[in-house]
Amino acid sequence: MIELQDVFKKYPNGVTAINGIDVRINQGEFVYVVGPSGAGKSTFIKMMYREEVPTSGTITMNGVNLAKLKNKKVPIFRRNLGVVFQDFKLLPMKTVYENVAFALEVIEAQPKYIKKRVMEVLDLVNLKHKARMLPTELSGGEQQRVSIARSIVNSPKVVIADEPTGNLDPETSWEIMNIFEEINNRGTTIVMATHNREIVNTIKHRVIAIEAGKIARDEQRGDYGYEN
Amino acid sequence: MKIRTLGRHARESFKSIGRNGWMTFASVSAVTVTLILVGVFFVIMMNLNKVAQTIEEDVQIRVHIDVAANDEDQQKLKSAIENISEVQSVKFSSKEQELKDLIKSMGEDGQAFKLFEQDNPLNDVFIVKTKKPQDTMNSAKEIGKLEYVTKAVYGKGTVEKLFNFIKASRNVGIVLIAGLFFTAVFLISNTIKITIIARRREIKIMRLVGATNNFIRWPFFLEGLWLGILGAILPIILISIAYYNAYEYLAPKLIGNFIQILPYSPFMYQVSGLLLLMGGLIGVWGSVMSVRKFLKV
Repeated sequence: MIELQDVFKKYPNGVTAINGIDVRINQGEFVYVVGPSGAGKSTFIKMMYREEVPTSGTITMNGVNLAKLKNKKVPIFRRNLGVVFQDFKLLPMKTVYENVAFALEVIEAQPKYIKKRVMEVLDLVNLKHKARMLPTELSGGEQQRVSIARSIVNSPKVVIADEPTGNLDPETSWEIMNIFEEINNRGTTIVMATHNREIVNTIKHRVIAIEAGKIARDEQRGDYGYEN
Repeated sequence: MKIRTLGRHARESFKSIGRNGWMTFASVSAVTVTLILVGVFFVIMMNLNKVAQTIEEDVQIRVHIDVAANDEDQQKLKSAIENISEVQSVKFSSKEQELKDLIKSMGEDGQAFKLFEQDNPLNDVFIVKTKKPQDTMNSAKEIGKLEYVTKAVYGKGTVEKLFNFIKASRNVGIVLIAGLFFTAVFLISNTIKITIIARRREIKIMRLVGATNNFIRWPFFLEGLWLGILGAILPIILISIAYYNAYEYLAPKLIGNFIQILPYSPFMYQVSGLLLLMGGLIGVWGSVMSVRKFLKV
Protein backbone atom coordinates (compact mmCIF):
# COMPACT_ATOMS: atom_id res chain seq x y z
CA MET A 1 0.00 0.00 0.00
CA ILE A 2 1.12 3.51 -0.84
CA GLU A 3 -0.13 6.52 1.08
CA LEU A 4 0.71 10.20 0.61
CA GLN A 5 -0.50 12.59 3.29
CA ASP A 6 -0.38 16.35 2.89
CA VAL A 7 2.73 16.16 0.70
CA PHE A 8 4.48 19.34 -0.44
CA LYS A 9 7.61 19.64 -2.49
CA LYS A 10 9.34 22.93 -3.02
CA TYR A 11 12.65 23.00 -4.92
CA PRO A 12 15.53 25.26 -3.81
CA ASN A 13 14.87 27.52 -6.85
CA GLY A 14 11.48 28.39 -5.36
CA VAL A 15 9.33 26.24 -7.65
CA THR A 16 6.59 24.36 -5.82
CA ALA A 17 6.20 21.10 -7.73
CA ILE A 18 3.78 19.36 -5.36
CA ASN A 19 1.30 21.56 -3.53
CA GLY A 20 -0.50 19.41 -0.98
CA ILE A 21 -1.35 15.91 -2.15
CA ASP A 22 -3.32 13.25 -0.26
CA VAL A 23 -3.75 9.92 -1.98
CA ARG A 24 -3.94 6.24 -1.16
CA ILE A 25 -3.12 3.42 -3.57
CA ASN A 26 -4.05 -0.10 -2.53
CA GLN A 27 -2.07 -3.27 -3.13
CA GLY A 28 -2.73 -4.72 -6.60
CA GLU A 29 -4.08 -1.48 -8.12
CA PHE A 30 -3.06 -0.18 -11.55
CA VAL A 31 -2.89 3.62 -11.49
CA TYR A 32 -2.17 6.05 -14.33
CA VAL A 33 -0.71 9.41 -13.31
CA VAL A 34 -1.59 11.96 -15.99
CA GLY A 35 -1.36 15.71 -16.41
CA PRO A 36 0.14 18.42 -18.57
CA SER A 37 3.91 18.92 -18.73
CA GLY A 38 5.26 20.69 -15.67
CA ALA A 39 2.23 19.71 -13.57
CA GLY A 40 4.35 17.80 -11.05
CA LYS A 41 3.96 14.22 -12.37
CA SER A 42 7.68 13.54 -12.49
CA THR A 43 8.25 14.87 -8.97
CA PHE A 44 5.33 12.75 -7.76
CA ILE A 45 6.88 9.63 -9.34
CA LYS A 46 10.42 10.49 -8.18
CA MET A 47 9.23 10.84 -4.58
CA MET A 48 7.84 7.30 -4.78
CA TYR A 49 11.24 5.78 -5.43
CA ARG A 50 12.89 8.24 -3.08
CA GLU A 51 14.83 10.14 -5.72
CA GLU A 52 13.19 13.26 -4.27
CA VAL A 53 12.22 13.87 -0.65
CA PRO A 54 9.05 15.83 0.21
CA THR A 55 9.54 19.21 1.85
CA SER A 56 6.70 18.30 4.21
CA GLY A 57 4.13 15.55 4.65
CA THR A 58 4.56 11.79 4.69
CA ILE A 59 4.86 9.13 1.98
CA THR A 60 4.41 5.61 3.23
CA MET A 61 5.22 2.67 1.01
CA ASN A 62 5.21 -0.93 2.20
CA GLY A 63 5.25 0.44 5.75
CA VAL A 64 8.29 2.68 5.21
CA ASN A 65 8.02 6.46 5.66
CA LEU A 66 10.06 7.73 2.73
CA ALA A 67 10.15 11.30 4.06
CA LYS A 68 12.23 10.11 7.01
CA LEU A 69 14.21 7.35 5.30
CA LYS A 70 17.95 7.86 5.75
CA ASN A 71 20.12 8.00 2.60
CA LYS A 72 21.97 4.90 3.75
CA LYS A 73 18.76 2.89 3.80
CA VAL A 74 17.55 4.00 0.35
CA PRO A 75 19.21 1.11 -1.59
CA ILE A 76 17.60 -1.45 0.73
CA PHE A 77 14.19 0.21 0.21
CA ARG A 78 14.61 0.19 -3.58
CA ARG A 79 15.20 -3.55 -3.61
CA ASN A 80 11.53 -4.06 -2.83
CA LEU A 81 10.43 -1.76 -5.59
CA GLY A 82 10.62 -2.00 -9.37
CA VAL A 83 11.29 1.15 -11.37
CA VAL A 84 10.92 1.51 -15.15
CA PHE A 85 12.09 4.66 -16.94
CA GLN A 86 11.35 6.31 -20.25
CA ASP A 87 15.04 6.07 -21.24
CA PHE A 88 15.32 2.45 -19.97
CA LYS A 89 18.41 3.16 -17.83
CA LEU A 90 20.20 -0.06 -18.71
CA LEU A 91 23.87 -0.63 -17.96
CA PRO A 92 25.41 -0.24 -21.44
CA MET A 93 28.41 -2.49 -20.87
CA LYS A 94 26.37 -5.38 -19.50
CA THR A 95 24.44 -7.97 -21.47
CA VAL A 96 20.66 -8.36 -21.20
CA TYR A 97 21.16 -11.23 -18.77
CA GLU A 98 23.64 -9.26 -16.62
CA ASN A 99 21.40 -6.19 -16.51
CA VAL A 100 18.55 -8.24 -15.08
CA ALA A 101 20.80 -10.33 -12.85
CA PHE A 102 22.33 -7.19 -11.32
CA ALA A 103 19.16 -6.51 -9.31
CA LEU A 104 19.54 -9.95 -7.70
CA GLU A 105 23.31 -9.73 -7.27
CA VAL A 106 22.94 -6.63 -5.09
CA ILE A 107 20.90 -8.66 -2.61
CA GLU A 108 23.58 -11.38 -2.74
CA ALA A 109 21.17 -14.05 -3.99
CA GLN A 110 22.45 -17.56 -4.70
CA PRO A 111 23.98 -17.85 -8.23
CA LYS A 112 21.73 -20.83 -9.03
CA TYR A 113 18.62 -18.88 -8.06
CA ILE A 114 19.81 -15.83 -10.04
CA LYS A 115 20.20 -17.92 -13.17
CA LYS A 116 16.80 -19.56 -12.82
CA ARG A 117 14.93 -16.39 -11.92
CA VAL A 118 16.55 -14.21 -14.62
CA MET A 119 15.66 -16.72 -17.32
CA GLU A 120 12.10 -16.85 -15.95
CA VAL A 121 11.56 -13.10 -16.24
CA LEU A 122 13.33 -12.90 -19.61
CA ASP A 123 10.90 -15.56 -20.76
CA LEU A 124 8.01 -13.46 -19.45
CA VAL A 125 9.14 -10.47 -21.53
CA ASN A 126 9.96 -12.78 -24.44
CA LEU A 127 13.70 -12.00 -24.54
CA LYS A 128 15.23 -15.29 -23.45
CA HIS A 129 16.86 -15.72 -26.85
CA LYS A 130 18.59 -12.32 -26.59
CA ALA A 131 20.07 -12.84 -23.12
CA ARG A 132 23.66 -12.50 -24.32
CA MET A 133 23.17 -9.33 -26.33
CA LEU A 134 24.17 -5.84 -25.25
CA PRO A 135 21.43 -3.17 -24.88
CA THR A 136 22.83 -1.29 -27.87
CA GLU A 137 22.08 -4.32 -30.05
CA LEU A 138 18.37 -4.19 -29.17
CA SER A 139 15.44 -2.09 -30.41
CA GLY A 140 13.80 0.48 -28.11
CA GLY A 141 10.93 -1.86 -27.31
CA GLU A 142 13.28 -4.70 -26.48
CA GLN A 143 15.35 -2.44 -24.23
CA GLN A 144 12.21 -1.41 -22.38
CA ARG A 145 11.30 -5.07 -21.95
CA VAL A 146 14.74 -5.68 -20.39
CA SER A 147 14.11 -2.76 -18.08
CA ILE A 148 10.74 -4.25 -17.07
CA ALA A 149 12.32 -7.65 -16.54
CA ARG A 150 14.89 -6.03 -14.23
CA SER A 151 12.17 -4.19 -12.33
CA ILE A 152 10.23 -7.37 -11.53
CA VAL A 153 13.06 -9.85 -11.03
CA ASN A 154 12.99 -9.22 -7.26
CA SER A 155 9.23 -9.88 -7.21
CA PRO A 156 8.46 -6.40 -5.82
CA LYS A 157 5.02 -5.50 -4.52
CA VAL A 158 5.11 -2.19 -6.40
CA VAL A 159 6.39 -1.18 -9.85
CA ILE A 160 6.78 2.53 -10.60
CA ALA A 161 6.93 3.42 -14.30
CA ASP A 162 7.85 6.89 -15.53
CA GLU A 163 6.58 7.33 -19.11
CA PRO A 164 7.58 3.77 -20.08
CA THR A 165 6.15 4.11 -23.60
CA GLY A 166 7.36 7.68 -24.15
CA ASN A 167 10.19 6.65 -26.49
CA LEU A 168 8.37 3.85 -28.29
CA ASP A 169 6.23 3.54 -31.42
CA PRO A 170 2.52 2.76 -30.93
CA GLU A 171 2.79 -0.93 -31.77
CA THR A 172 5.65 -1.50 -29.33
CA SER A 173 3.84 0.57 -26.70
CA TRP A 174 0.94 -1.89 -26.78
CA GLU A 175 3.34 -4.82 -26.34
CA ILE A 176 4.84 -3.10 -23.30
CA MET A 177 1.39 -2.38 -21.86
CA ASN A 178 0.45 -6.04 -22.24
CA ILE A 179 3.47 -6.98 -20.15
CA PHE A 180 2.47 -4.45 -17.46
CA GLU A 181 -1.05 -5.87 -17.50
CA GLU A 182 0.33 -9.34 -16.94
CA ILE A 183 2.51 -8.16 -14.06
CA ASN A 184 -0.50 -6.39 -12.52
CA ASN A 185 -2.65 -9.52 -12.91
CA ARG A 186 -0.12 -11.33 -10.73
CA GLY A 187 -0.92 -8.92 -7.87
CA THR A 188 1.78 -6.26 -8.30
CA THR A 189 0.77 -2.62 -7.83
CA ILE A 190 1.60 -0.47 -10.87
CA VAL A 191 1.90 3.31 -10.74
CA MET A 192 2.52 4.66 -14.23
CA ALA A 193 3.05 8.27 -15.31
CA THR A 194 2.06 8.59 -18.95
CA HIS A 195 1.23 10.98 -21.75
CA ASN A 196 -0.26 8.24 -23.89
CA ARG A 197 -3.92 9.18 -24.30
CA GLU A 198 -4.81 6.14 -26.36
CA ILE A 199 -3.48 3.67 -23.85
CA VAL A 200 -5.20 5.35 -20.88
CA ASN A 201 -8.51 5.51 -22.73
CA THR A 202 -8.28 1.92 -23.98
CA ILE A 203 -6.89 -0.08 -21.09
CA LYS A 204 -9.07 1.31 -18.34
CA HIS A 205 -7.66 1.77 -14.86
CA ARG A 206 -7.70 4.32 -12.07
CA VAL A 207 -6.54 7.74 -13.30
CA ILE A 208 -4.97 10.37 -11.04
CA ALA A 209 -4.64 13.71 -12.83
CA ILE A 210 -2.16 16.20 -11.42
CA GLU A 211 -2.32 19.90 -12.27
CA ALA A 212 -0.22 22.65 -10.69
CA GLY A 213 1.03 20.23 -8.05
CA LYS A 214 -2.44 19.19 -6.89
CA ILE A 215 -4.72 16.28 -7.62
CA ALA A 216 -7.27 17.65 -10.09
CA ARG A 217 -9.03 14.34 -10.69
CA ASP A 218 -8.99 10.86 -9.20
CA GLU A 219 -11.29 8.43 -11.05
CA GLN A 220 -11.63 4.66 -11.06
CA ARG A 221 -11.57 3.56 -14.75
CA GLY A 222 -11.08 7.17 -15.80
CA ASP A 223 -10.11 8.83 -19.08
CA TYR A 224 -6.94 10.65 -20.06
CA GLY A 225 -8.89 13.90 -20.23
CA TYR A 226 -6.33 16.13 -21.98
CA GLU A 227 -5.68 16.97 -25.62
CA ASN A 228 -2.21 15.71 -26.62
CA MET B 1 30.53 -9.46 2.72
CA LYS B 2 30.29 -13.02 1.47
CA ILE B 3 33.31 -14.59 -0.26
CA ARG B 4 31.00 -15.34 -3.20
CA THR B 5 30.23 -11.63 -3.52
CA LEU B 6 33.93 -10.76 -3.41
CA GLY B 7 34.47 -13.26 -6.23
CA ARG B 8 31.64 -11.58 -8.12
CA HIS B 9 33.28 -8.16 -7.65
CA ALA B 10 36.63 -9.54 -8.89
CA ARG B 11 34.96 -11.00 -11.99
CA GLU B 12 33.12 -7.74 -12.60
CA SER B 13 36.34 -5.73 -12.31
CA PHE B 14 38.08 -7.93 -14.90
CA LYS B 15 35.09 -7.74 -17.25
CA SER B 16 35.00 -4.00 -16.89
CA ILE B 17 38.68 -3.69 -17.77
CA GLY B 18 38.02 -5.61 -20.97
CA ARG B 19 34.80 -3.81 -21.85
CA ASN B 20 36.13 -0.31 -21.27
CA GLY B 21 39.06 -1.00 -23.61
CA TRP B 22 40.13 2.54 -24.48
CA MET B 23 39.58 3.87 -20.99
CA THR B 24 41.67 1.01 -19.64
CA PHE B 25 44.36 1.78 -22.19
CA ALA B 26 44.38 5.49 -21.19
CA SER B 27 44.65 4.73 -17.47
CA VAL B 28 47.30 2.04 -17.86
CA SER B 29 49.34 4.31 -20.17
CA ALA B 30 49.22 7.15 -17.64
CA VAL B 31 50.40 4.81 -14.88
CA THR B 32 53.13 3.38 -17.13
CA VAL B 33 54.59 6.71 -18.27
CA THR B 34 54.56 8.21 -14.78
CA LEU B 35 56.01 5.15 -13.10
CA ILE B 36 58.83 4.98 -15.67
CA LEU B 37 59.73 8.56 -14.73
CA VAL B 38 59.45 7.90 -11.01
CA GLY B 39 61.37 4.62 -11.35
CA VAL B 40 64.27 6.04 -13.38
CA PHE B 41 64.59 9.02 -11.09
CA PHE B 42 64.42 6.84 -8.01
CA VAL B 43 67.17 4.54 -9.31
CA ILE B 44 69.42 7.53 -10.09
CA MET B 45 68.76 9.11 -6.69
CA MET B 46 69.47 5.91 -4.79
CA ASN B 47 72.76 5.45 -6.63
CA LEU B 48 73.80 9.06 -6.06
CA ASN B 49 72.99 8.54 -2.44
CA LYS B 50 75.20 5.47 -2.38
CA VAL B 51 78.08 7.45 -3.94
CA ALA B 52 77.57 10.24 -1.41
CA GLN B 53 77.57 7.71 1.39
CA THR B 54 80.84 6.15 0.14
CA ILE B 55 82.47 9.56 -0.09
CA GLU B 56 81.26 10.48 3.37
CA GLU B 57 82.56 7.27 4.86
CA ASP B 58 85.93 7.85 3.21
CA VAL B 59 86.52 11.11 5.06
CA GLN B 60 89.22 10.72 7.71
CA ILE B 61 91.41 12.83 9.98
CA ARG B 62 95.16 12.56 9.61
CA VAL B 63 96.80 13.35 12.94
CA HIS B 64 100.48 14.28 12.51
CA ILE B 65 102.49 13.19 15.55
CA ASP B 66 105.27 15.38 16.85
CA VAL B 67 108.73 13.84 16.18
CA ALA B 68 109.56 14.47 19.82
CA ALA B 69 106.97 11.94 20.97
CA ASN B 70 108.36 8.58 22.06
CA ASP B 71 106.45 5.25 21.94
CA GLU B 72 104.86 5.83 25.34
CA ASP B 73 103.74 9.34 24.36
CA GLN B 74 102.27 7.97 21.16
CA GLN B 75 100.32 5.32 23.12
CA LYS B 76 98.99 8.03 25.46
CA LEU B 77 97.99 10.15 22.49
CA LYS B 78 96.25 7.19 20.85
CA SER B 79 94.26 6.52 24.04
CA ALA B 80 93.37 10.20 24.33
CA ILE B 81 92.04 10.21 20.76
CA GLU B 82 90.13 6.98 21.33
CA ASN B 83 88.52 8.51 24.38
CA ILE B 84 86.81 11.16 22.26
CA SER B 85 83.23 9.91 22.07
CA GLU B 86 82.74 10.63 18.34
CA VAL B 87 85.85 8.65 17.34
CA GLN B 88 85.28 5.23 15.82
CA SER B 89 88.80 3.99 15.02
CA VAL B 90 92.43 5.08 15.28
CA LYS B 91 95.02 3.49 13.00
CA PHE B 92 98.76 4.08 13.19
CA SER B 93 100.74 4.73 10.01
CA SER B 94 104.53 5.08 10.35
CA LYS B 95 106.41 7.81 8.53
CA GLU B 96 108.04 5.11 6.34
CA GLN B 97 104.60 3.88 5.31
CA GLU B 98 103.49 7.47 4.71
CA LEU B 99 106.43 8.03 2.35
CA LYS B 100 105.68 4.79 0.47
CA ASP B 101 102.03 5.85 0.07
CA LEU B 102 103.12 9.29 -1.11
CA ILE B 103 105.51 7.87 -3.70
CA LYS B 104 102.80 5.46 -4.88
CA SER B 105 100.15 8.13 -5.15
CA MET B 106 102.40 10.42 -7.22
CA GLY B 107 102.96 7.77 -9.89
CA GLU B 108 106.09 8.32 -11.96
CA ASP B 109 106.72 11.72 -10.40
CA GLY B 110 106.88 9.99 -7.05
CA GLN B 111 110.29 8.52 -7.87
CA ALA B 112 111.85 11.90 -6.99
CA PHE B 113 110.73 11.45 -3.39
CA LYS B 114 112.77 8.23 -3.12
CA LEU B 115 115.68 10.46 -2.17
CA PHE B 116 113.96 11.12 1.15
CA GLU B 117 114.06 7.44 2.10
CA GLN B 118 117.40 8.05 3.88
CA ASP B 119 116.24 11.11 5.76
CA ASN B 120 112.43 10.96 5.98
CA PRO B 121 111.00 14.42 6.83
CA LEU B 122 107.45 13.10 7.29
CA ASN B 123 105.70 12.47 10.60
CA ASP B 124 104.18 9.35 12.01
CA VAL B 125 100.42 9.63 11.59
CA PHE B 126 97.25 8.43 13.27
CA ILE B 127 94.42 7.91 10.81
CA VAL B 128 91.19 8.66 12.69
CA LYS B 129 87.67 7.85 11.56
CA THR B 130 84.64 9.24 13.32
CA LYS B 131 81.41 7.37 13.91
CA LYS B 132 79.48 9.94 11.91
CA PRO B 133 81.16 11.67 8.96
CA GLN B 134 79.58 14.96 10.08
CA ASP B 135 81.59 14.83 13.34
CA THR B 136 84.90 15.01 11.46
CA MET B 137 85.34 18.79 11.80
CA ASN B 138 84.66 18.99 15.55
CA SER B 139 86.76 15.92 16.31
CA ALA B 140 89.69 17.32 14.29
CA LYS B 141 89.54 20.54 16.29
CA GLU B 142 89.52 18.62 19.56
CA ILE B 143 92.40 16.35 18.49
CA GLY B 144 94.37 19.40 17.36
CA LYS B 145 94.45 20.61 20.97
CA LEU B 146 96.05 17.40 22.31
CA GLU B 147 99.73 17.17 23.29
CA TYR B 148 102.22 15.93 20.65
CA VAL B 149 99.83 16.73 17.81
CA THR B 150 101.46 19.00 15.23
CA LYS B 151 98.35 19.17 13.10
CA ALA B 152 95.05 17.34 12.52
CA VAL B 153 94.14 17.52 8.82
CA TYR B 154 90.84 16.53 7.28
CA GLY B 155 90.65 18.45 4.03
CA LYS B 156 89.19 21.51 5.68
CA GLY B 157 86.99 23.45 3.31
CA THR B 158 86.78 20.67 0.75
CA VAL B 159 85.07 18.30 3.17
CA GLU B 160 82.77 21.03 4.42
CA LYS B 161 81.82 21.94 0.86
CA LEU B 162 81.36 18.27 0.00
CA PHE B 163 79.08 17.69 2.98
CA ASN B 164 77.04 20.77 2.14
CA PHE B 165 76.78 19.62 -1.46
CA ILE B 166 75.70 16.12 -0.45
CA LYS B 167 73.19 17.53 2.02
CA ALA B 168 71.77 19.91 -0.56
CA SER B 169 71.59 17.28 -3.30
CA ARG B 170 69.84 14.88 -0.95
CA ASN B 171 67.27 17.51 -0.04
CA VAL B 172 66.77 18.43 -3.67
CA GLY B 173 66.39 14.72 -4.47
CA ILE B 174 63.78 14.22 -1.75
CA VAL B 175 61.84 17.27 -2.93
CA LEU B 176 62.02 16.11 -6.55
CA ILE B 177 60.93 12.56 -5.70
CA ALA B 178 58.07 13.91 -3.57
CA GLY B 179 57.09 16.29 -6.38
CA LEU B 180 57.23 13.53 -8.94
CA PHE B 181 55.22 11.26 -6.66
CA PHE B 182 52.45 13.83 -6.25
CA THR B 183 52.48 14.52 -9.98
CA ALA B 184 52.11 10.78 -10.51
CA VAL B 185 49.22 10.57 -8.05
CA PHE B 186 47.55 13.56 -9.67
CA LEU B 187 48.06 12.36 -13.26
CA ILE B 188 47.00 8.80 -12.66
CA SER B 189 44.04 9.54 -10.42
CA ASN B 190 42.88 12.20 -12.88
CA THR B 191 42.95 9.77 -15.77
CA ILE B 192 41.08 7.19 -13.72
CA LYS B 193 38.66 9.93 -12.67
CA ILE B 194 37.90 10.70 -16.31
CA THR B 195 37.21 7.04 -17.02
CA ILE B 196 34.86 6.91 -14.04
CA ILE B 197 33.10 10.18 -14.91
CA ALA B 198 32.28 8.54 -18.23
CA ARG B 199 30.57 5.84 -16.19
CA ARG B 200 28.68 8.03 -13.72
CA ARG B 201 25.38 7.11 -15.37
CA GLU B 202 26.22 3.49 -14.68
CA ILE B 203 26.75 4.29 -11.00
CA LYS B 204 23.44 6.15 -10.84
CA ILE B 205 21.59 3.21 -12.38
CA MET B 206 23.21 0.82 -9.91
CA ARG B 207 21.89 2.95 -7.07
CA LEU B 208 18.41 3.02 -8.57
CA VAL B 209 18.39 -0.77 -8.69
CA GLY B 210 19.22 -0.94 -5.00
CA ALA B 211 23.00 -1.36 -4.91
CA THR B 212 24.62 -0.10 -1.72
CA ASN B 213 27.58 2.25 -1.99
CA ASN B 214 29.93 -0.53 -0.93
CA PHE B 215 28.56 -2.88 -3.56
CA ILE B 216 29.20 -0.25 -6.24
CA ARG B 217 32.59 0.75 -4.85
CA TRP B 218 34.19 -2.71 -4.68
CA PRO B 219 34.49 -3.49 -8.41
CA PHE B 220 35.86 0.02 -9.02
CA PHE B 221 38.30 -0.43 -6.16
CA LEU B 222 39.56 -3.70 -7.65
CA GLU B 223 39.58 -2.24 -11.16
CA GLY B 224 41.80 0.61 -9.92
CA LEU B 225 44.12 -1.93 -8.31
CA TRP B 226 44.41 -3.99 -11.53
CA LEU B 227 44.95 -0.83 -13.62
CA GLY B 228 47.74 0.29 -11.29
CA ILE B 229 49.39 -3.12 -11.28
CA LEU B 230 49.05 -3.48 -15.08
CA GLY B 231 50.57 -0.02 -15.48
CA ALA B 232 53.52 -0.92 -13.25
CA ILE B 233 54.52 -4.04 -15.21
CA LEU B 234 56.13 -2.30 -18.20
CA PRO B 235 58.15 0.18 -16.07
CA ILE B 236 59.40 -2.72 -13.93
CA ILE B 237 60.51 -4.71 -16.98
CA LEU B 238 62.12 -1.71 -18.71
CA ILE B 239 63.94 -0.40 -15.65
CA SER B 240 65.11 -3.89 -14.65
CA ILE B 241 66.55 -4.60 -18.11
CA ALA B 242 68.15 -1.16 -18.36
CA TYR B 243 69.65 -1.37 -14.88
CA TYR B 244 70.91 -4.91 -15.45
CA ASN B 245 72.77 -3.79 -18.57
CA ALA B 246 74.03 -0.60 -16.93
CA TYR B 247 75.28 -2.60 -13.96
CA GLU B 248 76.98 -5.24 -16.12
CA TYR B 249 78.71 -2.47 -18.09
CA LEU B 250 79.69 -0.14 -15.25
CA ALA B 251 80.40 -2.42 -12.31
CA PRO B 252 83.67 -3.96 -13.70
CA LYS B 253 84.92 -0.47 -14.61
CA LEU B 254 84.32 0.81 -11.12
CA ILE B 255 86.22 -1.92 -9.26
CA GLY B 256 88.68 -0.31 -6.86
CA ASN B 257 87.06 3.08 -7.39
CA PHE B 258 85.41 4.84 -4.51
CA ILE B 259 82.31 5.30 -6.67
CA GLN B 260 80.19 2.17 -6.53
CA ILE B 261 76.72 1.52 -7.92
CA LEU B 262 74.14 -0.53 -6.10
CA PRO B 263 74.19 -4.23 -7.07
CA TYR B 264 71.27 -5.45 -9.19
CA SER B 265 70.03 -7.77 -6.47
CA PRO B 266 68.34 -6.95 -4.09
CA PHE B 267 68.08 -3.32 -5.26
CA MET B 268 66.02 -4.05 -8.40
CA TYR B 269 63.64 -6.30 -6.46
CA GLN B 270 63.08 -3.46 -4.01
CA VAL B 271 62.49 -0.97 -6.82
CA SER B 272 60.10 -3.40 -8.55
CA GLY B 273 58.16 -3.93 -5.33
CA LEU B 274 57.99 -0.19 -4.76
CA LEU B 275 56.69 0.49 -8.30
CA LEU B 276 54.11 -2.27 -7.99
CA LEU B 277 52.95 -0.93 -4.64
CA MET B 278 52.85 2.63 -5.94
CA GLY B 279 50.89 1.63 -9.04
CA GLY B 280 48.39 -0.38 -7.02
CA LEU B 281 47.93 2.26 -4.32
CA ILE B 282 47.55 5.13 -6.74
CA GLY B 283 45.12 3.11 -8.87
CA VAL B 284 42.98 2.27 -5.86
CA TRP B 285 43.14 5.79 -4.49
CA GLY B 286 42.24 7.35 -7.84
CA SER B 287 39.24 5.13 -8.41
CA VAL B 288 37.91 5.22 -4.86
CA MET B 289 38.13 9.02 -4.69
CA SER B 290 36.41 9.39 -8.07
CA VAL B 291 33.59 6.95 -7.31
CA ARG B 292 33.00 8.61 -3.96
CA LYS B 293 31.99 11.77 -5.76
CA PHE B 294 29.13 10.00 -7.51
CA LEU B 295 27.91 8.09 -4.51
CA LYS B 296 26.65 11.19 -2.72
CA VAL B 297 23.12 10.93 -4.15
